[in-house]
Amino acid sequence: MMKRAFPILGVLTAILLSYALYMALVWAPTERTMGDVQRIFYYHVPSAWTAFILFFVNFGASVVYLIKRKPAADIVALVSAEVGVVFCTVVLITGPIWARPVWGIWWTWDMRLTSTLVLWLIYVSYLFLRRFSSSGQTPLLAAALAVLGALCVPFVYFSIWFFRTQHPQPVMGGGGSIDPRMLHVLLINWLAFSCFAFLVCWSRYRLEKLQREVDQAHAMESLKDPRGSVR
Amino acid sequence: MKMSGNPYLFAAYAVTWIIHIVYLSTIVSRYSRLKREIEEAGLRSQVSGVRKP
Repeated sequence: MMKRAFPILGVLTAILLSYALYMALVWAPTERTMGDVQRIFYYHVPSAWTAFILFFVNFGASVVYLIKRKPAADIVALVSAEVGVVFCTVVLITGPIWARPVWGIWWTWDMRLTSTLVLWLIYVSYLFLRRFSSSGQTPLLAAALAVLGALCVPFVYFSIWFFRTQHPQPVMGGGGSIDPRMLHVLLINWLAFSCFAFLVCWSRYRLEKLQREVDQAHAMESLKDPRGSVR
Repeated sequence: MKMSGNPYLFAAYAVTWIIHIVYLSTIVSRYSRLKREIEEAGLRSQVSGVRKP
């Protein structure tokens, strides 16, 4: 059942992503002051929202792991952080590409941009910890780091309200107004990227689970083999 | 709307998909490597995530 669901969801997501791309490039109205470059918004903002959601999933899974020590929660935490970093990388690259023609600069050390970069660095350190530490305590240490890292997410989101920044106000709850057609396209793109992120997480989860099963099988084989390691 | 007329817009969309495709290709290559490892070490009966031929 699950093996059949994956390709079906894959095709539906590909259709949704193509439709979202069409809506962003063709259907959405052109913004009056920025022109067509404003269409970066339809990739930049949904990528940011998706990254934030994945970091919250990482937080939830890490809390579950800290309390119940379930390996599945540890895998979910790892996978959501990894895919979250990919989406956050998209945000950090598309942001400056949008800023250059609009602000005249690629980057400024304002609070929203700097805090997003710090958030990215926290989750990259989390992935480095998981990749390069061989201690048995790694999942526990990573979970503790993830809990602290998640505190940074609301700070990044609300930094626009707390500090004077060059970055525009948030689309949701920011007090600004947005053309309903633009909002419609934004939400479609967000839905498409969320489905895509879900599928990527699913594949990555299966891969990680398989990797752990293989490692366990190797360990069992080496226990059976009197000469020692199989690898 | 002509995307070619706006290099920044084209760059942003292209970079987004390049990042996602590169990440997806790392997942695919890791999976292929793991599958090969399972075949070589004869671990098929001990792991659940690989389809039987």
